[in-house]
Amino acid sequence: MPEPAAGRVGVVFVSHSERLAEGLVELARQMAPTVRLEAAGGTDDGRIGTSFDKVTAAISAADAGAGAVVLCDLGSAIMTAETALEFLDDDQRARVRIASAPLVEGGVAASVAAESGDALDAVVRAAESAGGPGGTGAEAGATAGEEPAADRGEATRISRRVTLTNADGLHARPAAELVKLASSFPQRVTVNGIDAKSLLSIMGLGLTKGAEVEIASDDPEGAAAVDAIVALAESGFGEH
Amino acid sequence: MGLDITWAVDWVRRSAESMSEHRVELINLDREIGDGDHGENMDRGFQAVLPKLDDLPAGSTPSDVLKLLATTLISTVGGAAGPLYGTAYLKASGAVGGEVSLDADAVVRMLEAGRDGIVLRGKAEPGDKTMVDAWSPAVEAARGAAESGASAATTLQAAADAAAEGAVATEPLVARKGRASYLGERSAGHRDPGAQSTAYLLAAGAAAASNGTSA
Repeated sequence: MPEPAAGRVGVVFVSHSERLAEGLVELARQMAPTVRLEAAGGTDDGRIGTSFDKVTAAISAADAGAGAVVLCDLGSAIMTAETALEFLDDDQRARVRIASAPLVEGGVAASVAAESGDALDAVVRAAESAGGPGGTGAEAGATAGEEPAADRGEATRISRRVTLTNADGLHARPAAELVKLASSFPQRVTVNGIDAKSLLSIMGLGLTKGAEVEIASDDPEGAAAVDAIVALAESGFGEH
Repeated sequence: MGLDITWAVDWVRRSAESMSEHRVELINLDREIGDGDHGENMDRGFQAVLPKLDDLPAGSTPSDVLKLLATTLISTVGGAAGPLYGTAYLKASGAVGGEVSLDADAVVRMLEAGRDGIVLRGKAEPGDKTMVDAWSPAVEAARGAAESGASAATTLQAAADAAAEGAVATEPLVARKGRASYLGERSAGHRDPGAQSTAYLLAAGAAAASNGTSA
């Protein structure tokens, strides 16, 4: 396993269940192998509940100087995390944020953002913009089945097609890179009709190697963004 | 006569006794509308603080006792009650910092800070069917008593009585905060366990105070 990188933001999973917190670390680790991911689940003696001491220790382990984002499950987990924050020294407290986000989707989005080197604010944003599975899943499923609207004849629409050649398709790191690139442009760009700036929506498309995708923008100024994303996909996201 | 370190230590001891005595009752209340661990968690937290009382340095104040209780509850209780009561006692401790003996006004300040701590941490309002529904009437009753010239002990007794009534008054409410809120309408008809434990804890404080004045 790669060594945790000091410059990365860490992620803490606070859950009433020890196994749930550890499972989340395991899940996020797949997509964020070099991020400090810490589980703080259950009470000190292994019962269901949350532990102030475990949360405090997990925050210390996750924050290597770049800060940490804390994801919580139910209400008292948030209260325990808030209390733990109050007891941190001022310097460290300024580097720790409790994200108001769903534990699984938010935690995965935060971990991937941290893995791609985002700063604290951006990692919190990634977590908090991650919707629940109902929203993104249904949206992605419905739109992915539609025919790409490349030939609608709209004068301003820019659309290009590209075939994914990298092994992972649009998953994990490649998805994060695509979202990061798309986010660097002000125009709205879509991948098979899905917002290219939403990591979980993109991952929700489930696009694998060999899939043909449509990169498009309804914005006449969006050509550069579309070209850049097509170029990134053609490069195989650096996997070749 | 004010409430001093002897009172504060006695309050904690009586609280621990009360939590042991009512452990099963609080578990049952919590089982009806929550996760069923309130009585056990509170009992464990207060039992954990007892041995630490003997290590308090000479010259400790009521504020020091409250702080010791706060930090112990925060790290031992586990459920929502840990951070909630922990924050309440911590803020209460801060409100009477350095005071050797608490008069009626100090009792009001202490309770008010405790209530504010719980509101800060839990974001509940009166009527949400939480411990705030015991704390808020307690603060109001204490303020009324203190303003009419009552002693510290009588002020605390007024708070305890109002908290007990407040706990009973949570029964018909529909929970809007906490684990019970997941039950929606089905939470009506049950007393809130946190409001009930608040009533017991303030009753323990009042009993400690009246014991001190009569001795």
